Order: sequence, then structure tokens, then C-alpha cells
Amino acid sequence: MAIVEEEPRLLELTAPETVVVPADRGTGVFARPAAQTGWRSWLFTVDHKKIGIMYGAVAMLWFFVGGVEALLVRTQLATPNGTVLSANLYNQLFTMHGITMVFLVIMPLTAAFMNFMVPLMIGARDVAFPRINALGLWLFVFGGVFLNISWLTSGAPDCGWFCYAPNSGLSFSPGNGVDYYSLGLLIAGIGSMVGSVNLITTILNMRAPGMNLMKMPIFVWMTLVVQFLLLFSLPVITIALVFLSLDRLFGANFFNVKAGADPLLWQHLFWIFGHPEVYILILPSFGIVSETLPVFSRKPLFGYPFVAFSGVAIGFMGFGVWAHHMFASGLGPVSVAAFSLTTMFIAVPTGVKILNWVGTMWGGNIRFTVPMMFSVSLVAMFTIGGLSGVMHAMAAADTQQTDSYFIVAHFHYVLFGGALMGLFGGMYYWWPKIFGHRLNERLGKWHFWLVLIGFNLTFGPMHILGLQGLPRRTYRYGPGLGFDFWNLVATIGAYIILVGMLVFAYNILRSRKTMPPAGADPWDGRTIEWSIPSPAPEHNFDYVPVVTQIDDFWHHKYQKNAEGELVQIARGDDIAQAGDQHPHLPSPSYWPLVLAAGFPLIGFGLIYNLALAFVGLGLILIAIYGWAMEPSTAPGGESHPVEDSPATDDGDGEAVDTSVEDAEDHSVAESISDPEEAPVG
Amino acid sequence: MADTTVAPAYGPTEWDEVEHMPTSTGLSNVKITMWAFLGSECLLFGSLISTYLLDRNKPDLIPGSGPKASTLFDIPFTSVSSFVLLMSSMTMVLAVSAIARGNQERTRLWLATTAALGATFIAGQVYEFTVFYREGLGYTTNISGSAFFTLTGFHGIHVTLGIVMLATLWYLSKAGHLTRENAESVEIVGLYWHFVDIVWVVIFTVVYLIP
Repeated sequence: MAIVEEEPRLLELTAPETVVVPADRGTGVFARPAAQTGWRSWLFTVDHKKIGIMYGAVAMLWFFVGGVEALLVRTQLATPNGTVLSANLYNQLFTMHGITMVFLVIMPLTAAFMNFMVPLMIGARDVAFPRINALGLWLFVFGGVFLNISWLTSGAPDCGWFCYAPNSGLSFSPGNGVDYYSLGLLIAGIGSMVGSVNLITTILNMRAPGMNLMKMPIFVWMTLVVQFLLLFSLPVITIALVFLSLDRLFGANFFNVKAGADPLLWQHLFWIFGHPEVYILILPSFGIVSETLPVFSRKPLFGYPFVAFSGVAIGFMGFGVWAHHMFASGLGPVSVAAFSLTTMFIAVPTGVKILNWVGTMWGGNIRFTVPMMFSVSLVAMFTIGGLSGVMHAMAAADTQQTDSYFIVAHFHYVLFGGALMGLFGGMYYWWPKIFGHRLNERLGKWHFWLVLIGFNLTFGPMHILGLQGLPRRTYRYGPGLGFDFWNLVATIGAYIILVGMLVFAYNILRSRKTMPPAGADPWDGRTIEWSIPSPAPEHNFDYVPVVTQIDDFWHHKYQKNAEGELVQIARGDDIAQAGDQHPHLPSPSYWPLVLAAGFPLIGFGLIYNLALAFVGLGLILIAIYGWAMEPSTAPGGESHPVEDSPATDDGDGEAVDTSVEDAEDHSVAESISDPEEAPVG
Repeated sequence: MADTTVAPAYGPTEWDEVEHMPTSTGLSNVKITMWAFLGSECLLFGSLISTYLLDRNKPDLIPGSGPKASTLFDIPFTSVSSFVLLMSSMTMVLAVSAIARGNQERTRLWLATTAALGATFIAGQVYEFTVFYREGLGYTTNISGSAFFTLTGFHGIHVTLGIVMLATLWYLSKAGHLTRENAESVEIVGLYWHFVDIVWVVIFTVVYLIP
């Protein structure tokens, strides 16, 4: 079988050979965590599947918090002159609703699927750097908790999710809310950053033999694009947030208008990050529906290369449209015209994708399962949101619509109707692979219809409200202005969404008890994650899968007969791997958790007392220490993905900070006496 | 469920005999990660440099707001320290070349030289900051001071981290842990070090030399 396309090039310079370490104690400070079950096995895990599940679970908790915030806002706005919330609390609620939904719900939900599914879809046993993966998770968790602790202090941030300068400065936002905003997002941002280099390396370097880039599932393609977007956009917001923190905490002058600062600097930096960010939020869902639509239409994806490359094109062009968020700020006609044009252009690759999805379904043998319904609704709802986006590309129209409810309607149609619908579809689709059983279809359909109807009732009327002139971010409106009826409808819609989400929660709990085991291949899937048992075994693949074409697993089940017709030759459940080989031991570690815990300490320290910041810094140094000295694979473990050398362990070179002293400390008492035990990797 | 007579779609192959799966690109994971990280760093320094360029002449608009950073530059002095940093890239190359030949002593020599040159550069920066402060430009004095110190401070932190990495490599070599198998760590640290140098070339040109 001429399946291996490239000569195997064995690296001469991979990091460790076998790391021999006496007894259970590594060269680290503590004995390694060894629990296979119970909460410890989750807290210290480096398994990409457990990390993915935790991303998802924590994101759903924040989804509840962000949803309650949204419902409070909608309750306040249900009637004219609402009295539920004060203006101040209203500002905090819509700000935290936006931050929560963007950074603590959709991004981690996409991260959940990427972490869980990407290694399975490319035939790898884990990601490139499992411990860095765990670090990313814990930084997201601590960043989210840090942000929300602001509720307990002088007040949550109240400057909107983009927190424009100089409104974010000390004179207009004297409390600590904005400090929590900037430092919390920095912490979560570092988490996304380490996650992005990890996933890029995983996808570029750990694909199964034969799986070249043009044979990857589209979800993996979109993950790759998203991680590159994160890689290049996060440093810009990092600098903006650092400026903001330095201004507020150390008296720098970056946004100090009295010192001649240009507040537009913040807008530029924020949106250079912020516009790629919206593609970071939507592209994973595009990837998910590009997986589900072919499966439930029983047809290959229409125009695979177009879907892949239009995703790449969106990624590139996404960096060239940021100023369309700033048309109202007086950029001047040349800039406005240029960004107006690029914004219209970026609708083209998006339209290509929609055309391809419709082409995939066209003439297909469609099964309307719940994941399919969510996927189709993404195509429809995103098209509505995309069209109002093109309206905003015309600067003349945009200056009328900006800061009105029309904008609110637009971005909820793309983020809720687009990103979130796709993610729900992904949950129903991959639930059996993750938990071993499907979700109940009947309850799922209730969930789908309630959410779809509630969503359209909530955000559809906002188009009308916006065009009638209702500005966003106003905590009340007077009676008799024509805003009453549609606001009430929107609020009713929001509560219908709540009911839908409660059905979803009930479905999760009930299906866990009542649904039978799903088998390896419950949907007649096309990609190789369905060729292993459900739930995915700890070592993922018994044998290294060798891939020859797109939708490789499907072609193991269906082949052409003598008449050239495709016929089924095997059932997926029968030819799936048994999951009984390679008792692959994970090598859990304390250090990612300890390292991540140092960051919120630095955050609190910067706000309240610098001494605490040094405690946090010390904790981080100790953790980097322990991390670098700990071999990536515990003694007795099976071959684990080759981990990194200590010099670059956390991707920014901090890993080695103190390992010199550490090694000295332990070379006496501990086990570094033999070059064979080099603590590398 | 599964019929034992049915072979799995993906059964055992020659790949299962391979001790370490070769990477898809042929490059090591760490190297790809470092390149990706450096790509990200470009945007980080790009934002910092742009901000400095935006704000460098703003103190002219505000009477009595203290000196601009550009009026205090001591070009001959900074040229020398830039030259020192550039030379450290050469010694870094020599260290990578020495470890590739397995010459531990030479490796340590060049690693130590590189670190020492980097430390000289940092000492120069500390001196420069002190002089600026004495001449009336503190961090909070005006916007050009904030932008200048933040930009060069970020770069200085990067150089310092590089020195710590070099010291670690030196120790690993001394302790006999820097074998041919993990010699790539030297190359990876080298990538980082060259990047930090190149950033300085840009900063020196754009910030110091262009009036």
C-alpha cells in the first residue's frame, strides 16, 4: 500500500530519549500526582480530553452567569422607565455580559472542541505539549474568576467590553473595575497564547501518516486559522491592556489626554485585536458545521479546497478591516473608504462558505437530527447577521446605525445565531465521542426550537428598534417613543431562550442516566475520530491510523462495486478499533495549576499591594522550576509525545528562569547524578 | 458488539513499531513553537514601536511637560551598546556551532560570552535610564517618557530572560546534561536571542537614528 507519502524523517535532535528516574519521585520537588479517578485526576491532568471537557464545563458555568446578566438587562428594558437596575449596575451588567460571553464562554467552548477533537481528528495521541495545554486551561479559569471577583469589590468594570479610553482612565472610572478588566483579560490572554502555539504545533507537526494539509478535516483547518489569528492578534491587545494598566496603576500617560495622548490609539489597538477576534469566535463553528453537514447530508463536503482556503482568506483579510468599528470617530475619508472596501471584500470568502454548505446539502439524503438542525440554523442565522454586516460596511449607513440597537442585533445574529448555534450543534454531534452516549433527540429538538424561536424574538426586533433610533447601552427609555412593544417582545424572547437552555441542562442530566451506549460510530461519521471507541480511550488510538484521503474513515465503510455504485461494505461500529491496546499512562503534573495560580496573585498584588505581586512572581518562578525539572513522562509511562526542552517550556522562555538553582538544590538531595537522567523535557 | 473476525479499519502498521513518530514537517515541535512565538512577538514590539512613534513629539504640544526622550539620546553611547548586542549574536552562532560538533567547553565559552555581552547591554540600558531620569525625564513625566521607557523596558526584559536561558544552558552543559540529543535547546535559545537582537536593530534605527 503506497500510503506513506513522505520518507519518514526521524529527527536526530528530538529532546529526551528514555528518562530514567528512580522510584515515583521525579526530579521535581513533589512526587508526581498519580490519581486515575476522583477530583485529583482532573485537577492535575494533562490529558487533552479531560482538559477539553473542563474547558467546556467551566464555559457552561460562565454561560449561566452571562445569561443571568443578560436576563437582568432584558428585564430592566422590558418596560419603559424600568426600575429593576440602577444606571450604574446596568453599566456593569452589560459590560460583564459582553466580556463573559466573548472571553469566558465562546472562546473556551471552541477551545473545548479544539482540545478534545483535534488530536482525535489528526490521529495523534495528545497535543504537542500536554502540560502547556493544562496551563492554558488554568489560566482561563483563574482569569475568569479574577474578572468576576470585581463584583465583590468596588464594582465590576462598567466601560463596555471594549472599554474605550479615556473613559477607562482613573478620572472617569475611579474604582478598581477597570483594573480587574485589564489584568483579568491579560491573564486569560496568556492562557490563549500558550494554547495557540501548542495547537499550531500539534496540527502542523503531529498529523497521522498520509494526512497532508489538504486531507485534514475542515474543523482542523479552521482551528489552525483561528490559532494563527490568536497568535497575531493577542500581542496587540496585550500591549493595549498593559498600557491601560500602566496608566492606571503607575501613572503612565498613554491615554492621558492632558499629556497630549490620542485616545484613538486604544481604539486602533483594541480593534486590531478585536476584529480578528470575531473570526476567532465564528470560524470554529464554521469548522463544526463543515463536519456535520456532510455527515447528515450523506455527501462529501462540496468544494473542500474552497472551504479550506476561504477560511484562510478570512483569516488574512480579518486583519485589514478593523477600522470599520471606528467609522464614527472621524478617521478621514481615505481611511473610511479603504476600510469600507476591505469590509465588503471580506464578505466574499464568507459567502463562498455559505454557498458550499448549501451545495453540500443540495440533493443530499438529509437526516434532520439535532446536530443537523443546529448546523442548518447556523447557515441561516449567520447569513442574516452577515448581511447586516455588509450594511455596516457602507460607511454612510454605518454612521447612522453605529451605537444603536441595530448593531446589537447584528452581532448577536453572528455570535449567537452563528457561533453559539454551531457550538450547540457540535455538542450534540460529538457528545457520544466525549461521553459515550448521545443526548436525547426529543429533548434536543425542544432545546433547538425554543432557542431558535427565542433567539429570533429577542434579537430580530432589535433591528427595528435600532433603525427607529434606540441607542444601545441606555439603561431606560421613555414611554410613548415607539420602543415599548418591541422591547417587551425581546424580553419575552430572552426568557424563551432561558427555557430552552433549561431543557438542555435537563437533557444532559437525563441522557446520562437513560441513553444507551452509543457505539463507536453513531452517526455514520466520515472522519477518523469515529474509528475509535466511544468515549475515546485514554490513549486515543490503538494503532497509528494511516490516512489516504479526505473523509478517510468513510471510505473504509463505503466502496464502489462493479457497477461503480457506492455500497456499504462495513459498519463503523464493527471496524472501529477496540481500544484495548497501548495502556498509555498519562503523566499528570501539579505544575501547570501552580504556575497559573501565580498570575491572579500578581493581579491582586498590582491592584492592592505590590508585596503580594512578588509572592505571585515567586510562586511562578518556583512552578517554572518544578516544571522544568520534571520529565514530561512519568517513570513507567508509555511513549508520550515528545515534550519540550526546558529552555522553551512555556513558549516564552521563562521556563528556565531558576532552574539553575533548582538543579543545584536537588542535585545533592535528589537524583540528578547521572547524565542519563537529564531533566530535559 | 464488534465481531472479532472483522479487522479494524486502522490496524497495526509499520508505524506502530517506530519508537518516536517522526513529525509531519520534519522540524521538531519545540522549533515550530519557538518560530510561532517569535511571530507573535513581532506584533508585540510592532505595537510598542508604533505607539512610541505616535507619541514621541507629543510633549511639544504641552508647554512645560519636560524633555522629549529624543532630545536626550546619546547616539555614540547607544551605538556602542548596540554593537555589543550585535556581537553577542555572533558568539551565539559560535555556541550553536560548537554544540553541533559536540565541543562542550567551547559551547560553554561562547554561551558565557554571549550572556556577558547581553549583560553589558543591559548595564548600558540601566545607565541610560538613570541619566535620562537625572536629566528630567521620568516614567510619568510626559507621554514620550512613558512610551520610551515601556518600549525599551520590554526589550530589556526580553534580553534579561535570554541571559537567564543562556546561564541555564551553561549550567546544563557543565553538569553534563547537554548531550548531542538535546543540543537543539541551544539552537532554540539562539533563535530567541537573534530575534531579540533584530528587534533592537529596528528599535535603534527607528527610535534613535531617525530624527
